[in-house]
Amino acid sequence: MDNTTGLLKKGFFSSLLVLFLATLPFYMPPYTPLAVTSILMYVVLTVSWAMFCGPTRYMSLATATFFGVGMYTSAVLGERLPFPLVVVCGSLVSFLIGLLTGYICLRLRGFYFAIFTFGLNELVRNFVLWWEGRVAHTVGRWVVLVDSLTIYYYMLAIVVLTVLVTFVINRSRYGLILLSIGEAEEAAAHIGINVTRYRIFFFALSCFFIGMAGAVMATKWAYIDPRIAFNPVLNFTPVLMALFGGVGMMYGPIVGAGVLTLASEILLSRFPYYYMLLYGILFIVIISFLPDGLVGLTKRWRKAPLLSQAGG
Amino acid sequence: MSIKLVFDVAITGLIMGGIYALIAMGLNLQYGVARVLNVSHGEFVMVGAFITYFAHKLFGINPLLSLVLCGPLLFIIGLFMYRTLFQYLRRTSQSLDVFEGRSMLASFGALYVIQNIALLWWGPNVKAYSYLNYPIRFLGLTFEANRLAALLFTLVLILVFYLFVVYSKAGKAIRAAAQNEKSAQLMGINVPAVLGSCFALGSLLAGLAGSVISMMQEITPLIGFPYLIIAMIVLVLGGAGNILGSLLGGLILGSVTTIVMYVEPGLSLVVSYVIFALILLIRPEGVLGR
Repeated sequence: MDNTTGLLKKGFFSSLLVLFLATLPFYMPPYTPLAVTSILMYVVLTVSWAMFCGPTRYMSLATATFFGVGMYTSAVLGERLPFPLVVVCGSLVSFLIGLLTGYICLRLRGFYFAIFTFGLNELVRNFVLWWEGRVAHTVGRWVVLVDSLTIYYYMLAIVVLTVLVTFVINRSRYGLILLSIGEAEEAAAHIGINVTRYRIFFFALSCFFIGMAGAVMATKWAYIDPRIAFNPVLNFTPVLMALFGGVGMMYGPIVGAGVLTLASEILLSRFPYYYMLLYGILFIVIISFLPDGLVGLTKRWRKAPLLSQAGG
Repeated sequence: MSIKLVFDVAITGLIMGGIYALIAMGLNLQYGVARVLNVSHGEFVMVGAFITYFAHKLFGINPLLSLVLCGPLLFIIGLFMYRTLFQYLRRTSQSLDVFEGRSMLASFGALYVIQNIALLWWGPNVKAYSYLNYPIRFLGLTFEANRLAALLFTLVLILVFYLFVVYSKAGKAIRAAAQNEKSAQLMGINVPAVLGSCFALGSLLAGLAGSVISMMQEITPLIGFPYLIIAMIVLVLGGAGNILGSLLGGLILGSVTTIVMYVEPGLSLVVSYVIFALILLIRPEGVLGR
């Protein structure tokens, strides 16, 4: 396929999809946007996770941390600032903490990065728990409510922004730089790429979008406490969704997040008692039998060589 | 500071340290040797605690004896899990790095499966039994008998395991496989069998630690996760693959968290994390090295 026509085709279908989602509240029952909001949230988390972790193969398990940072920023600033500013602040705070984290784990290679980020979430959660009890004398916080349609459009805008930025990065030289870090970090450093700088910046950039989603979602959940905001399940869910969809391709994480969120909503409504059990089984099955994700499956059918394998 | 407090801190620190060491040595067998960062490790602690609880409640079996029941049972569960799930993943992964990532994610799924079976089966309520619940006077100080029993039990377990790792033939095979799989294979060690039994031994140690915990604390199906986190910290502290490093690391972390617990209870986990982060940053291969 010609490159430009392929690009045009992709752009055309994506804009159709966005247009459909944007007009969704006009002809669907009012609960539909509510349900779609959570799908959009997972798309943001998964795409931003895959933005950094896909090509570089550094498995981050700190999605919940930066999501929670966004949520807490929203809870603290919600009454003092207008909503758009709150969202911007949430993502900026998350970005800054992402920069700091990236800077701290400079020396960590391979799997230790996953262990560190996993630990980071517990550290932040316990620290906030202690801070709230000792200094702020609360357990949780109430967040200023925003009506669900506004939240829906904010999430949609964030999805478009995240996907566009990821797309541009993947197309530009930065995408190649990230890939080269994943393939052979030392070789990349030897040919003059400032590996450290790109690792830190793009990790923080993915945190930026995760924090943004957190800041918006906090207003939907209305009440947050450290156990909700830094729930370790959210560290793993985007990884699973991205792997399920397939990390090598741009639309893999989007498809993965969409399908899995729908599936888990159905599981939750059908089998509320067995939901987490089934979720665990689903997790194991996907990891065992779909190592390249859905996109990998279609590629296998087309007999094209696999681009890259995800997972650290 | 009174002498009583010093003794209290020392004994609690030793008990916690011993429990941490048991759990962390288990995780180290699983990650350091078998290359599975088993996120469901804490759930084995929980299952061990529940087996001990039910053995005591239903059949009146002494918790100290449940080692005979709990150990083999968890060993079999662990072996089954490794043989079915992780061996399959290992066979289908192109590299060890990919296997590490996939096995960790799969074990996260296992965490949910085990925890939710426990919740559905045993319910979310807090359970506890009373065992040796009387004071002992010694040197003019009083101690609770069950804590002393737990301390002794843990120390004996650690000693036995230490002797096993250092002196037995199987222990040598485990250390050889941890250091270099290929060379171990060339020396005539059946590495796949060693990896499987290491994973199973890891669940056994977690289960025994759970037994000890059930003697002193109330248990619920949710107690496992914090122990996983602690085991991960100790794993990094002592170095992956260095099993005796985990023993030492567990004792150190147990003492440190106990001291912090007496000063500022809410911060004990935070302090262990700061230690963890510092070690990862300064010496990613662990303080004691591999």
